[in-house]
Amino acid sequence: MAERSAPRSFQEIILRLQAYWAGKGCAMLQPYDMEVGAGTFHPATTMRALGPVPWSAAYVQPSRRPTDGRYGDSPNRLQHYYQYQVLIKPSPPDLQALYLGSLEAIGIDMDLHDIRFVEDDWESPTLGAWGLGWEVWCDGMEVSQFTYFQQVGGHDCHPVSGELTYGLERLAMYVLGVDHVMEMPFNDPSAQIPLKYGDVFREAEAQYARFNFDTADTAVLMRHFEEAEAECHAILGHPADDPRSGRRIVMALPAYDQCIKASHLFNLLDARGVISVTERQAYIGRVRALAKACADAFLQTEAGGWTAAGA
Amino acid sequence: MPDLLLELFSEEIPARMQAKAADDLKKLVTDGLVEAGLTYASAGAFATPRRLALTLEGLSAESPDQTEERKGPRVEAPEKALEGFLRSTGLTKDQLQVQDDKKGQVYVATIRTAGRPAAEIVAEIVPQVIRSFPWPKSMRWGAGSLRWVRPLHSILCILSDEAGATVVPFDIDGIAACDRTEGHRFMAPGRFSVTSFDDYAAKLKRASVVLSAEDRAETIWHDATNRAFAAGLEVVEDKGLLAEVAGLVEWPVVLMGQIGEDFLDLPGEVLQTSMKEHQKFFSVKNPDSGRIEGFVTVANRETADGGETILKGNAKVLAARLADAKFFWENDLAVAKAGMGKWLDALGQVTFHAKLGSQADRIERIVALAREIAPMVGADAGAAETAARLAKADLSSEMVFEFPELQGVMGRYYSEAAGQPSEIAAVAEEHYRPLGPTDAVPEAPLSVAVALADKIDMLTGFWSIDEKPTGSKDPFALRRAALGVIRIVLRNGLRLHLDRIFDAQILRHEIAPLHDDEVSFRDAILREIAHHGVFGGAVRAVIEQAGGTVPDWVEKITEHSPDTSDDLLAFFHDRLKVHLREEGIRYDVIDAVIGLPNRDDLTLVVARARALQDFLATPDAENLVLGFKRAANILAQAEAADGVEYRFGADAKFAEHPAEDALFRALDTARAEVDPALATEDFAAAMRAMATLRAPIDAFFDAVQVNTDKQVVRRNRLNLLHDITEICGRIADLGKLEG
Repeated sequence: MAERSAPRSFQEIILRLQAYWAGKGCAMLQPYDMEVGAGTFHPATTMRALGPVPWSAAYVQPSRRPTDGRYGDSPNRLQHYYQYQVLIKPSPPDLQALYLGSLEAIGIDMDLHDIRFVEDDWESPTLGAWGLGWEVWCDGMEVSQFTYFQQVGGHDCHPVSGELTYGLERLAMYVLGVDHVMEMPFNDPSAQIPLKYGDVFREAEAQYARFNFDTADTAVLMRHFEEAEAECHAILGHPADDPRSGRRIVMALPAYDQCIKASHLFNLLDARGVISVTERQAYIGRVRALAKACADAFLQTEAGGWTAAGA
Repeated sequence: MPDLLLELFSEEIPARMQAKAADDLKKLVTDGLVEAGLTYASAGAFATPRRLALTLEGLSAESPDQTEERKGPRVEAPEKALEGFLRSTGLTKDQLQVQDDKKGQVYVATIRTAGRPAAEIVAEIVPQVIRSFPWPKSMRWGAGSLRWVRPLHSILCILSDEAGATVVPFDIDGIAACDRTEGHRFMAPGRFSVTSFDDYAAKLKRASVVLSAEDRAETIWHDATNRAFAAGLEVVEDKGLLAEVAGLVEWPVVLMGQIGEDFLDLPGEVLQTSMKEHQKFFSVKNPDSGRIEGFVTVANRETADGGETILKGNAKVLAARLADAKFFWENDLAVAKAGMGKWLDALGQVTFHAKLGSQADRIERIVALAREIAPMVGADAGAAETAARLAKADLSSEMVFEFPELQGVMGRYYSEAAGQPSEIAAVAEEHYRPLGPTDAVPEAPLSVAVALADKIDMLTGFWSIDEKPTGSKDPFALRRAALGVIRIVLRNGLRLHLDRIFDAQILRHEIAPLHDDEVSFRDAILREIAHHGVFGGAVRAVIEQAGGTVPDWVEKITEHSPDTSDDLLAFFHDRLKVHLREEGIRYDVIDAVIGLPNRDDLTLVVARARALQDFLATPDAENLVLGFKRAANILAQAEAADGVEYRFGADAKFAEHPAEDALFRALDTARAEVDPALATEDFAAAMRAMATLRAPIDAFFDAVQVNTDKQVVRRNRLNLLHDITEICGRIADLGKLEG
């Protein structure tokens, strides 16, 4: 069977995951067009985990963690990397089996490897979210996070969403047997122009590491943070009734964009080392307040389960 | 007599919760069944990553019939009362009997409750237990509302006897009890049915599941030590890790590998911690070199290639982890060799507590206090200052950021790398001790000085901002810190005036921060206080020496109230009681000696308490305590009635009775012995002297009426009673003793 053969490139692993989860009925979404720290921040996860409306989606999300930058030198640390994210609500009873099927789809032979579910409770202080689940180990390596969301934005999740997050580079390096991320084939090694991960990203890693650690203008970042925070509150402050269309439109998603922005700006400030331990908690609290306000607002939308009859 | 088998099959249960969950399941189910009238011969509970199981042997097939007689209203009581009684018993009037009672004739109902079959009771109890199960953290899943530690998939519940097995019928949130379960997720997928516990355990084993955690742990340890032995190595024992790993696998397979050459020079603690925390590997040591050279990992399955792929994968992950550790170690060594200044500066940016300043502020206070304590514990003040200043530098290191549990351990390595002598480097590790009630206590004088300064600074700091432990809340582990001080003092036999040290450090908290040019003035004053107390004349002398204008904060010293340090000392006395209680010394014994002078000298307090406890075991003790209390009571009543204090002037010449005379003589003798005994802290001798009073006091009370009409005699006797309480009171306040 073609699917069982070993994949040859980073992108083939992504494509196989896409094909697998599409085959299981997930909507294949695209990355969110903003800078985020993890796939969870995509509104397709954060917002859609709220309320009673069923949901099933999968997507790749480029993610940025400025503090993890190593100028492209580290074999496994990157300030920009990809996560593969699956969110299904309500969580199906066979989610573990579905997940294990996805590992087989990318060429992990269950008869040779040791797959373990090791306790790891997930918590996002910036999103006011937590869940219970595991980190999934393959031969001692963490290849995914598996979480049953219990709360998002301070709201109990009813029904509960099951979330799967794959760290794509790490997983792919393991499957492809590569020791340095920059050496990993990005496209097919026998393609006319074969590209390695480093050909695509080494330059960017160096540039962003320098920018993140030393040159990002902290005064500008702080101002942008304040602005995003103010804008988020301002957007949510508008009444639900839209005078132009005459319709009820709660702007949870545009407000949430500002929350995402504030969160990323905070990460940049953190990487610049200008946030003290005490301030850190305060910043996280401010982002969480935004996330909560957006979650409250999303529950006032139809996608969040609001109905005229129920109001 | 049927047997009960129950299995709750779920997604992976966190390893750390499994053992308690199995115990809870056993307790809750058996308690429920017993309360419902069933009995059982024996019970066993088990946990694996995916299941909790309970087996009960010899369960009664049904609960017994029960007959209860209940008395009702009197025969002539109003009709209403009878109606109520009939309603509550569910009987009719002609089913009642009439009996004679003290009050007359009353109705009596005989209520018979028929026994119920075990299956019915189990079907009622088990769902209750599942719904209210005490998981430390539980969750919902899908669209349901049931809570369990992770999604619950199936319930096996059967009663079996010679005739066969039957499923106990019940259903929780759509999960119906059945007689089926699953084996190992990968090695033996698929469901099968079972007919008894033996059948269950045997079939599980065939399906690659070892049910008992002890068996799994034993297999792991046995295989691991064998593997290591065969290679001339030995596994480093770690019971906690063994229990955890046994909770991560249903079918343990031990694999042993080598640590790459590149990493063998890392400190053993780093290798061990990295392997344990990240990978849950056991460390494997070369007994000749003492170095950690290998690892043991435990897989959850057998594979066709004998675990080769799994071992290769694990080794690769380990190499990546150790590469990180090595990176931290080398970066850290560079900073250490440069004297650690970068780390100390960084600690200025780290908040210790919003109201208590940064870590750097805290270190400065510890340095100052360690200098004061050093000469009291036989350490050099200059060395104590250096050691205290460097003791927490490693908190800024990359390694400790990654592995907080290595704080102190790394500090020692880094101090050595910085060229510090070993006794100063050791302080980095030892000043945190004792970490728990059984952890070793520092004994090297430098470590003692800094360990005390560290803990006392923390306690006085939180006392001065009024954040004390309350009830179960002790977020800064202040009880542990106080116990640490107590154990260090007692273990080393230190004679410290804690009160003075507390006052000095409380003031240091209250009058920071300062201008640089005032620091030495402040420290001079606080030195006086630490050594001679807050009310010593020398403090005033130091202040006066400063001349006309003194800074505003000096008022804080001259106006200082000892309330805070008194309160802290009382906290110490409470901790001391708890600590000594574990050594068999009674609370009230401590209370009896705590009111005596120098109560802040804990070594002295404990010496007094031990002597008193020993004395209380002697034949004279009980009567002496009674005599003392009697004397104190009579005296207190007389003083209250007369509005006078009978304090002195007891004179043998007013003695009327030989017993009175004898008591005077006995008191003189005792006094002559007690005082020198106390002066040399020979408390046993003081107790012996006190014990000689037992017979004369008994004889006195037998023969003499204290409250006689003759006022002179009465006053003299009351003064005599005072002498008893006063002499005994120098040794202990016997009135505080219970019983």
